[in-house]
Amino acid sequence: MSTREALLEVDNLKVEFRTDDGVVHAVDGASYTVRPGTTLGIVGESGSGKSVSALTMLGLTRSKRTQVSGRILFEGRDLLTLPDDELRQIRGDDIAMIFQDPLSSLHPFYKVGQQLIEAVLMHRSVSKAAARDRAINLLELVGIPDPHRRVDAYPHEFSGGMRQRAMIAMALANEPKLLIADEPTTALDVTVQAQILALLEDLQQRLGMAMIIITHDLGVVAEVADEIAVMYAGRIVERAGTERIFATPHHPYTWGLLKSIPRLDTPRSEDLVPISGRPPSLINRPSGCHFHPRCPYVREEHRRIDPKLQDVPGEFGHLVACLLPVELRRRVWKGLQSGQTPEELRHLVDDKPVPEAVAAAPPGKEAGP
Amino acid sequence: MTEKGKPLVEVRNLVKHFPITSGIIRQKKIGAVKAVDDISFDVISGETLGIVGETGCGKSTTARLIVRLLEATSGEVRFEGEDITKKKGAELKALRRDMQMIFQDPYSSLNPRKTIGSIIAEPYAIHGLEKGEGARKKRVQELMDTVGLNPEHYNRYPHEFSGGQRQRIGVARALALAPKLLVADEPVSALDVSIQAQVLNMLRRLQADLGLTVIFIAHDLSVVRHMCDRVAVMYIGKIVELAPGESLYGFPRHPYTGALLSAVPVPDPVGGHRKRELLTGDVPSPANPPSGCRFHTRCPKAQQLCSDQEPPLVDKDGGTVAACHFPLTREEADSRLPALLTAANAPAVDAPAGAA
Repeated sequence: MSTREALLEVDNLKVEFRTDDGVVHAVDGASYTVRPGTTLGIVGESGSGKSVSALTMLGLTRSKRTQVSGRILFEGRDLLTLPDDELRQIRGDDIAMIFQDPLSSLHPFYKVGQQLIEAVLMHRSVSKAAARDRAINLLELVGIPDPHRRVDAYPHEFSGGMRQRAMIAMALANEPKLLIADEPTTALDVTVQAQILALLEDLQQRLGMAMIIITHDLGVVAEVADEIAVMYAGRIVERAGTERIFATPHHPYTWGLLKSIPRLDTPRSEDLVPISGRPPSLINRPSGCHFHPRCPYVREEHRRIDPKLQDVPGEFGHLVACLLPVELRRRVWKGLQSGQTPEELRHLVDDKPVPEAVAAAPPGKEAGP
Repeated sequence: MTEKGKPLVEVRNLVKHFPITSGIIRQKKIGAVKAVDDISFDVISGETLGIVGETGCGKSTTARLIVRLLEATSGEVRFEGEDITKKKGAELKALRRDMQMIFQDPYSSLNPRKTIGSIIAEPYAIHGLEKGEGARKKRVQELMDTVGLNPEHYNRYPHEFSGGQRQRIGVARALALAPKLLVADEPVSALDVSIQAQVLNMLRRLQADLGLTVIFIAHDLSVVRHMCDRVAVMYIGKIVELAPGESLYGFPRHPYTGALLSAVPVPDPVGGHRKRELLTGDVPSPANPPSGCRFHTRCPKAQQLCSDQEPPLVDKDGGTVAACHFPLTREEADSRLPALLTAANAPAVDAPAGAA
């Protein structure tokens, strides 16, 4: 990883929000790097901290009640310590972001063109006419038909897919080096989603920018990402190249995600393997490994010991935070691949006599479903 | 339950137009959104029929027409052989016992001021069944147990439950009257991935245990494949293809179905590779649908005939019906699908879980 210069280096990032209910540990020690021209996919469920880490990068979580630590180096500069006005220079210029909901991210009162022109003028000293030409070019670049006319349309006159294209155009206004896409296709229909993903890939190749794609959809990251980070309860629990993470995942949560989604090619007779319980509260996190209340392979000591994100022996660039021995994890995944259930594989974990029940009740007052 | 293999629901030439009006005081009708435009299909007793399509294709409207939450503009819905579109009063109320619905949003579909015990018992109150406090409570707790909720939580309120558990409450309520038909409108799309599987497994188990007939509406093609025996694909108010699951996913005949399947992101970076076929443009407005075949404006195979003449929904062999003048050939279908999909679906090895 360190052999080639990183564009972005996130090092032990922690973000905490002080709320009336207690401290929310939204991101707890996330580290990752993004190299120029590559795509990192961050996968996780709602509340796993995947969006907060990106928002923090752009200073969008700054507030009196937010506690941030760690480093976010972008081309060698630490974004966390930059004053607001300097960060504003970078935001929308070198780093741009697109959001999930294009309707609420575009201003309904202003024409799409005006909003694009504003994005250009913010960072470039060009004439308004030149900025307008740029806006039209951008709309054309993202595949909006008839850009000369559409530049004067209001967001409500656009369909969902076109709005997302307009958002992408705005993000690309100043040819960013890094584009952060937070659930860019979640609100879209599947055929439009395919268009937008293809557009992002195409633009990345043409403009050479790096991307971070944040999503809950494993299918989306499999198609676009070079590297994937899986987040759970504010932490990265597994990180590896895309092919590797789908071929030999090492974290029980990653197994759970892969086995709980129906796929177009799994035999219909096979039941899905759900992850029991539900995501933990980020205020009162479980002790030890945060995943232990939902993990079918939990051992007694996992309730106390906090796993560190470590290299998987023999798999270069594959990091995982799991306390199970590596050979055991390989055997469990093999078993899961051949259709065995976690219950059937449990005995592999129990070779040492452990009197503990298989699945303890998840935290909170109600029993898990 | 009714006899297996016979249609429980027969939909014939069903139409629903929502008027578009203009003017504030005197509203003038200036057009119509053709949400559902002349569709016909059967739902066989004991099967799970999936309806897929993109936003605005009319899949939810179809479901609501079948359970009479909406009034049809024209056409018939026959339930056990009887047309139900004209039923009123006591007759309609009696009919409601046989068909129940599960909604998409588990947050807005449960009354926040009622305990879940009284939410699930509501159908009994409406229909005057299971009279007597003790009997009703016992029955409700049995239902809670059936859907995997702790019966001790009888007196709790919806806000004390997570999304997945709320969806179970909705299912328990729908099952209270032992309906013959269950209509599930996007039952898992509001849930997190790890919770989705819990609800899907439960629905499949219930369907098998209780011999329910289910209409399952979703936009996620992988979920529909997992849940359904037969699948109908809708596009701007029309059914464009209807086939047993294995046929539809292994060999789609309508170019729209092919494009949908080609667009699904596959969580497999190796086996998922394919030539992604991208549709251009957006779905046209159902207020002003294209002439002829409604898909011709986006169809890669469109010819003059397609814009002139609407293709009928006819048999294209293998149990598939499709509305297309120039259906996909084997080669065209294969080139659109990820390799792993054709391999998984080509030989009909899937357990036939219902009628074809």
